[in-house]
Amino acid sequence: MQDNIVLTMRGICKSFPGVRALNNVDFTLRKGEIHALMGENGAGKSTLIKVLTGVYSRDAGQVNIAGIEGDVAIRSPKDAQAVGISTVYQEITLCPNLSVAENIYIGRDKRTLIHWKEREKKADAILQSLGIPARAAQQLGSCSLAVQQMVAIARAVDADCKVLILDEPTSSLDEKEVNMLFKLMRELKERGVGIIFVTHFLEQVYAVCDRITVLRNGELVGEYPIEELPQVELVSKMMGKALEDLSGMKKKEFTPDSTEEAVYEAHNLSSNQGVKPFDFRIRAGEVNGFTGLLGSGRSESVRAIFGADHVTGGVVTMHGKRVKVSNPREAMKHGIAYLPEDRKDDGIIADLSVRENIMLAMQVMNGFWKPVSRAKQEEFARQYIDALQIKTASAETPIKSLSGGNQQKVILARWLLLHPDYLILDEPTRGIDVGTKTEIQKLVLKLAEEGTGVTFISSEIEEMLRTCSRLIVMRDRNIVGELRGDELSQDNVMKTIAGGNRT
Amino acid sequence: MNKQPKLRQREPMSETQLLMTIAICIFVVMYGLAIVFLGGGFQRTQQFFNILNDNAALLIISCSLTIVMICGGIDISVGGVIGLVVMTCVVYLNSAGASIPVALLIALGIGAAFGVVQGFLVSYLEIQPFIVTLAGMFFARGMTTIVSVNPQKVAHEGFLALMKQKIEIPWLGYVAKKGNLVPARLEIGVIIALAVVVLVYVLLRYTKLGRGFYAIGGNQQSALMLGVNIKRTRFIAHTLSGLLAGLAGFVFLMHTGAGNATNASAAEMNAIASSIIGGTLLTGGVGNVFGTLFGVLTLATIKAIVPASGLTEPWWQSITTGAMLCFFILLQSVVLKKRGSKKAKAAKE
Amino acid sequence: MKKIKQSLMKLRSSQLLVPCIAVALLVIFNLIRDPSFFSVSLAANNNGDPVLTGNLIAILNGASELVILAMGMTLVTAASGGQDIAVGATAAIAGSVFVKVLSGGPITGGTILLGFVCCCLVAMLFGAFNGTLVAVFRIQPMIATLILFTCGRSIAYWINGGATPTVESPIVTAIGSFIPGVPVPTPIFIVLAVGLIFALLFRFTNLGLYTQTVGINQRAARLNGLNPTAIKLLAFVILGACCAVAGVISVSRLSLINHETLLLEIEMDAILAVAIGGNSLGGGKFKLSGSIIGAYAIRMLTTTLYAMKVPSTSVKAYKAVVIILLVVMGSPVVKQFFGKLSAKIKAKTAGKEARA
Repeated sequence: MQDNIVLTMRGICKSFPGVRALNNVDFTLRKGEIHALMGENGAGKSTLIKVLTGVYSRDAGQVNIAGIEGDVAIRSPKDAQAVGISTVYQEITLCPNLSVAENIYIGRDKRTLIHWKEREKKADAILQSLGIPARAAQQLGSCSLAVQQMVAIARAVDADCKVLILDEPTSSLDEKEVNMLFKLMRELKERGVGIIFVTHFLEQVYAVCDRITVLRNGELVGEYPIEELPQVELVSKMMGKALEDLSGMKKKEFTPDSTEEAVYEAHNLSSNQGVKPFDFRIRAGEVNGFTGLLGSGRSESVRAIFGADHVTGGVVTMHGKRVKVSNPREAMKHGIAYLPEDRKDDGIIADLSVRENIMLAMQVMNGFWKPVSRAKQEEFARQYIDALQIKTASAETPIKSLSGGNQQKVILARWLLLHPDYLILDEPTRGIDVGTKTEIQKLVLKLAEEGTGVTFISSEIEEMLRTCSRLIVMRDRNIVGELRGDELSQDNVMKTIAGGNRT
Repeated sequence: MNKQPKLRQREPMSETQLLMTIAICIFVVMYGLAIVFLGGGFQRTQQFFNILNDNAALLIISCSLTIVMICGGIDISVGGVIGLVVMTCVVYLNSAGASIPVALLIALGIGAAFGVVQGFLVSYLEIQPFIVTLAGMFFARGMTTIVSVNPQKVAHEGFLALMKQKIEIPWLGYVAKKGNLVPARLEIGVIIALAVVVLVYVLLRYTKLGRGFYAIGGNQQSALMLGVNIKRTRFIAHTLSGLLAGLAGFVFLMHTGAGNATNASAAEMNAIASSIIGGTLLTGGVGNVFGTLFGVLTLATIKAIVPASGLTEPWWQSITTGAMLCFFILLQSVVLKKRGSKKAKAAKE
Repeated sequence: MKKIKQSLMKLRSSQLLVPCIAVALLVIFNLIRDPSFFSVSLAANNNGDPVLTGNLIAILNGASELVILAMGMTLVTAASGGQDIAVGATAAIAGSVFVKVLSGGPITGGTILLGFVCCCLVAMLFGAFNGTLVAVFRIQPMIATLILFTCGRSIAYWINGGATPTVESPIVTAIGSFIPGVPVPTPIFIVLAVGLIFALLFRFTNLGLYTQTVGINQRAARLNGLNPTAIKLLAFVILGACCAVAGVISVSRLSLINHETLLLEIEMDAILAVAIGGNSLGGGKFKLSGSIIGAYAIRMLTTTLYAMKVPSTSVKAYKAVVIILLVVMGSPVVKQFFGKLSAKIKAKTAGKEARA
């Protein structure tokens, strides 16, 4: 092993039932380097990190750490800490009800009794040396998230870590806080700590990192020094080029804005999830998409349309009539349907059967007193199981025992049953197999042909280019561009996402 | 509190301090009003001491509830354990050749046995604490009647002498009508209970274990990530809770001197209520045993004030207690919500 | 044969397995111990009417209040993921209101109906109070209902001004024991009626689907247009109505209200019935039939213990042992352990076979 290398991972493989999460991935970290780990959703970033921190065990591969002979087995987060790997997660894994000093030391003390004065003095010294604006005696919960994040880093530093993993630490910080964090990261770099930085903010990567490793679909794309990989190229490396054969699919050509009535139109819509007021309209039979990297606000925007988050302002008209959409029920009443991004937490009712999951939205729309008869339910269920080719043992199987793709189809069936005028699909193809992806895309186009307005969101640009006739591009919770017709090309999209105007 | 470094005083109040302060204020105001408007007994220190004398056992089990609730759990077997300990000790003391230290050992042993079994089921088998300790309560209550169905009085002379031992404080006494001084009397049980409060305070504040309680109650997942052994910590919390309940049983017996199948019935609910009033959060991670002390005092004072202020019908005591509990639970909910919205704001900023 | 096997397989995977086993074990145990346990005979009661007597009738009759409360508790558990520990107190309040209305004048069918409506409304109001604390203020159900647990029985006491009044009337007696000429105890009919109402509710409304959806995944429920707050509240109100029915039955049995002892500690049994019925106490999917069988199993256990001359006061200790055994069996950790163990044994035997 070279002198300046602190960590190497070679040929790491990890599979979950039905998914190959990591396939033969290599990763190298040098001393005093900030190394960005990049990739879109499902690329395998978090799996790699979890393998490194002992949350998951690897199926194959080797991990070497400077100063330790041979392959290092890491079976638990505690093991990882013992060999000098510390992690700071996006969600803060500290106890908000304890003081800052305690959070730095808890779980690491050797002594049974706690000497508060001494401990707080020591903690204050660490905080000061790292320039963290917190007092040791302060309750952690009263600090801002950025400071909490930094306290977690201080804990890691005090534990003498050689490798510090920062897993999306900046996603809930503002610019000033991010700069504070960067200062701290550079300080640690000076001290010789190797830092793995996972983020989806491209600018931040270029602001602070020395090197980039890109993953896609569980495979290593490559490792590049920062100056050799311009932003646009990085985006294209992350997105990749999907290779599925989709002949026979024809998307509706974009027709210039006519007088045709909009199915849905919003003006100055905003929500409490930080979406800046935006305008949006969609016509019958149109398929459009919101694109942008994760965290750009694409999901938050459609959630605002559906009333899933608290809508803070804006005027909505449907079919030319002014309507009020402040909660999902009202949206459903007006013929809007929404397939959420997080299938597990927002979509499926895990313990209920496929039939009940399909019927849910319709039963809600029918109201409390008008349940659909059992025979009718079974008929609907059978109809949609056949139509969408849902693979399930029976209509009475609990949905949780289906594969991801089939679960997604069930939720799709749930909304199709309502025959919505406007269907929002947020990442309907995430984490499902290629065949099902294609089926869903075909279905979207068919629905559009039948006159439904569809908004389609996907992390895979190819997929959106194939299905959408108009793309709305978002960055930092703002709409930064709209591409249509001939403008729709991978290059254009990436340029707009990467924000050519900023470099 | 003066010994804390000066830095500490500048810190804003944490939830536990805020809730505790509210409890203390309400207690002081209530007691003050009682002294001013009800006069009579409330002007005498003895009235206050009586509240302590009557509630020493409750104070001890409130401490155990505080510990368990800080861990995010619950223990509703404590009242039943008191009942069982009292009955067993009475039966033992009335047998030939009984000695007080052995009785104390029996008390602690029963308590610890309950704590260990319940702790094992809750932490290592991951069964809901409510169900486990509910079964514990059933078991203890059932066993009590198996030990003896009939009420029994302690006849052991040594123990009777121990019961009569009281700490007399002449300068806090009052002059009775006949002109002789009646000193204020405090039972030994109160001293034990106050010692428990101090010990539990030290445990919670100054030991690794105690801070572990707070950590697992604050965020179990984080605590695990921070290297706290959550299973062992939770196990110890339940064991301690059982042990203290055993001790409380002994103290209870020292106050009443008799065993009855319904001893300390619903004591667990009073203990939970005291902890809540004293600022222990139901969701775990927040609580202070001094707050619990004032919770017990507040609860007992309401019960003393209600009949003294003319609401002599028997139902008013528990109705006012319920109203008070409702107030404190809603207060907690509001404080928690405020904290939640503050966090949301912080996240947005 | 195949069909039987299939239905057995179905039962094996069904959550009704545990309560059915509990009942079956008790039946077998009693058959071995004393087959006459199950004998039912026709005997004349005090009024000279022929009525059915025997342990079986006693179980069915005695479990009435518990079954009704268990049904309501199941709904609350499913929707809120917690339990109401104040059902006994609420039933006492309802019983007091019932008696209060009846003691106002001569007791007729009309006044009894009025009394029932009044106590139902009051109990539903208290249910709504608990529900508001849980659904709106997001307080854990157990803690929220601790308030009524603490003071509910005193409120019941207060309603009747400190007395334990009696309500002597043939109609009340008929509700609590037998309708003249009918040999089956009336509470059994009331249970049937309540069960029927629940069955109709599940058949003709979306109650079941909505509560399960909210209990399993509140976020998804909201995104599908449901209002979780309203549904939780509804569950508590329904439980309130159940408390009223149970309270009325219990009052009618003795023709008097004793606020201290009326349905004392029944909340614990009701929660237990839900758990034995294979329903998760954490909420979500439920089977009402499980809770009903569970409630009868509990009553059967109690009756069996009585028949074995266990004093009524110490029944609790045995019950506790049964509870612990059941929850330990159902604990995921234990299940996992046995799963691993059986896999190991299988692997070993397979290895041996291979070697042989």
